[in-house]
Amino acid sequence: MSAADLAQVAASGLLIGLLYALIAAGLSLIFGLMDVVNFAHGELLMLAMYATFLLNRAAGLDPLLATPLIALFLFALGLVLYRGLMARALTVTVNRGMVQIFITFGLAIFLRGAAQFAFGAEFRSIPKSWLANESARLGPVILPWPQLAAGLIAFLAFLLLFLVLRSEFGRALEATREDREAVALIGIDRERIFALGFGLGTGAVGIAGAALAAFYYISPDVGANFALIAYVTVALGGFGSLAGALLAGILIGEVEAFTAFLLTPSLKQLGMFALYVAVLALRPQGLFGARQ
Amino acid sequence: MSHPHALPAPSLLLAHRRRGLALAGFFLLLLLGGAGVSDPYTANLLIIALLFAGLAQSWNLLGGFCGQISLGHALYFGLGAYLTTLARLDHIPTLAALPAAALVGGAAAVLIGLPVFRLTGHHYAIATLVIAEAVYLLFLNWDWVGAASGLFVSYQGESWLDLSFRTSKFPYLLAMLLYAGGITALAWALSAARLGYDWRAVRDDPAAAASLGVGVHQVKLLAALLSGAGTALGGGLYAAYVNYVDPDSVMASRLSIEIALPAVMGGVGTLWGPLIGAAVEVPVSEFSRSYMGGSGQGFDLMVYGGLIMAIALFRPEGLASLLAGLRRRGRTA
Amino acid sequence: MAALLEVEGVSKAFGGLAALTDVSFHLEGGEILGLIGPNGAGKSTLFGCIAGAIRPDRGRIRFAGRDITGLGAERIARAGIGRTFQVMRSFETLSVLENVLVGSFRRHRRLRPALAASRAVLERTGLLGRENVPAAALTPAEKRRLEIARALALSPRLLLLDETLTGLTPREAEEGVALLRALRAEGLTLLMVEHVMEILLPLVDRVVVLDLGRVLTIGTPEEIVRHPETLRAYFGERHARG
Repeated sequence: MSAADLAQVAASGLLIGLLYALIAAGLSLIFGLMDVVNFAHGELLMLAMYATFLLNRAAGLDPLLATPLIALFLFALGLVLYRGLMARALTVTVNRGMVQIFITFGLAIFLRGAAQFAFGAEFRSIPKSWLANESARLGPVILPWPQLAAGLIAFLAFLLLFLVLRSEFGRALEATREDREAVALIGIDRERIFALGFGLGTGAVGIAGAALAAFYYISPDVGANFALIAYVTVALGGFGSLAGALLAGILIGEVEAFTAFLLTPSLKQLGMFALYVAVLALRPQGLFGARQ
Repeated sequence: MSHPHALPAPSLLLAHRRRGLALAGFFLLLLLGGAGVSDPYTANLLIIALLFAGLAQSWNLLGGFCGQISLGHALYFGLGAYLTTLARLDHIPTLAALPAAALVGGAAAVLIGLPVFRLTGHHYAIATLVIAEAVYLLFLNWDWVGAASGLFVSYQGESWLDLSFRTSKFPYLLAMLLYAGGITALAWALSAARLGYDWRAVRDDPAAAASLGVGVHQVKLLAALLSGAGTALGGGLYAAYVNYVDPDSVMASRLSIEIALPAVMGGVGTLWGPLIGAAVEVPVSEFSRSYMGGSGQGFDLMVYGGLIMAIALFRPEGLASLLAGLRRRGRTA
Repeated sequence: MAALLEVEGVSKAFGGLAALTDVSFHLEGGEILGLIGPNGAGKSTLFGCIAGAIRPDRGRIRFAGRDITGLGAERIARAGIGRTFQVMRSFETLSVLENVLVGSFRRHRRLRPALAASRAVLERTGLLGRENVPAAALTPAEKRRLEIARALALSPRLLLLDETLTGLTPREAEEGVALLRALRAEGLTLLMVEHVMEILLPLVDRVVVLDLGRVLTIGTPEEIVRHPETLRAYFGERHARG
């Protein structure tokens, strides 16, 4: 393995890792806020990718320009899902754990079926975009522009998330997550915060989906695999930790890139799984999670 | 809220015996009815429904009674199926391989539970999902177990020892009846025993359970052991029935949901729930696959997913609670 | 006679904040000891340390001569310490009888004797008429009673009661006091946290006053009320006059 190879693999790992981190951030945000794992997270990513694809086909909109629109769309969808589904699931008293898991699991299967129903099972991709087939050269490292742009977008989205969490709204979010009952006393509308937090989480996955759609195939099942990576990322980074998600996402991107390079691409996830099992055995609360 | 104990219950012991008699009667009726089934399509449907009844009953020990929701039971099923098939290819009789399969499945479940049960919340659901998927990926790329193309067992004559039959499906029906009935009997016995109460106490409130001397970690591990073993046993029986295993049919994540779903639909933590759930789920899924599914139109998935959401939202106690409601109405009328 | 429970120099900090500092006291067999102190005094932490839910950083806790420091809630329960919780924790999907059964199974492996023992406990606590009701359907007072019943099923020698009489109507509280007196008459030792002084002081033999994680004073109820400055400082004028 030459130094150039090393740099090339590390750079690819970093770019995809940033995307993993952004997807995981949405999941982690929702989990940290309302203690719910959204098992339909991957399917929301899939919806964002199809939406990008449709905007491109119908209006010729470039994925780069579509990104903010998709983010808004997923944010709105998140609000609707929270009000229509999650708010109810959170108030259930019988078989609570079961309900909260299967409500989003059912949603995932439903969305997958709906996508298959609407778009068919075949793989799609966005045929033409500004950045397609362009590459950037940084010394010995060659990076395709769509991937580079996706990495940069993910990084910017992360900065945005950190900024949002430092705002007034972020403080309300933090207060709600620390004490769900007490916030009502200081005039914070818990339902509104939950809905907005859920929307923020789905909005983040919307950005990731739009960026991903520029260079990745699109199919009804595409979300499952990214969701799996997001679960591992969140478990490694510590549930509810945004900085943990960023570090763990990049780590997984690197591990995956090097596994693919050293073994074979079809086994690229083996490294990630090995890392997960090792962390589970040695530090089950996650690499960056607090001890319980 | 409807609740079984809200009934003007006789004594707890008497209710337990009555439940046992009703379950025994149910399986006896199935045996008599099953003996009369000659049409292979119906027989197959019954066999698969009984398989999933037993699988869901196994899942229910851990997910229902003990409250530890697993989304990775396909792993134990797959381990059982592969082990039985590999044994068969090595000319080890299936009847000898099945106990080993159960042991391996139980051990795998304990191994996963050992670190994760110490954590609270959703770690367990995620860990089971991720680990099952990792092993699936491993089997998909592992040549010794046939990788993606799987393993096939050729027919070598009728044999009870190998559970190999071609002329009639009745022996398989019998085997599945024994399987589903056996796991149900186990669940019934435990539901009124110390372990069964320890599980429910841990599910409802682990801290309160510990304050009463319940070994929270140990009883979770025991639930995982029995649940994993029962599921692997089902996987072994399935392999003997179809004589073919590949990662997609015995280890895919969809299977994990299909194993849990009858219990969730019928009623988690109840004895009748997994049975009722399997009786509903298996025909619905067969029907939607053969009539609505077609070439991947996705409508079957929408029905499936919609059903899960509807039940989780509107009937979290499961369909079995409808029956209890009917019975009470009948009694007061 | 050796003390039943000895707490020696127990300290506990959470993230650098001291919740308990060098807390020592003891409990004689058959005694009722009250634990009082303002909110945040460390009462719950101390309870958690004795019951095994929290592991102390320093210090020793001995029960019936045996070191139980950091044993874990399950083993401490089996050693003979029962407890109730400040925030009620019943097994909501189980019936009243089954709630108690969970505790009875510690002493009886089989269902029949465990059932008989559970009924006996329900009779002692006045819940026998409610045995088939799901715990979720009980009134708050009944839930408090159920927690005591459940703990009693362990046949404990020491019972830790965390605000069992708080939030009840005067009549319910009176019934609760009668129950606790009856338990003590049966030879049980009680350690109780309670906010309502009017109820606590007539009931207990001695009081431990905790403040900011330290033992402020220990004494009989009479001695405690004779320390008006203590009471004025921590419980306000009203009690100081009592």
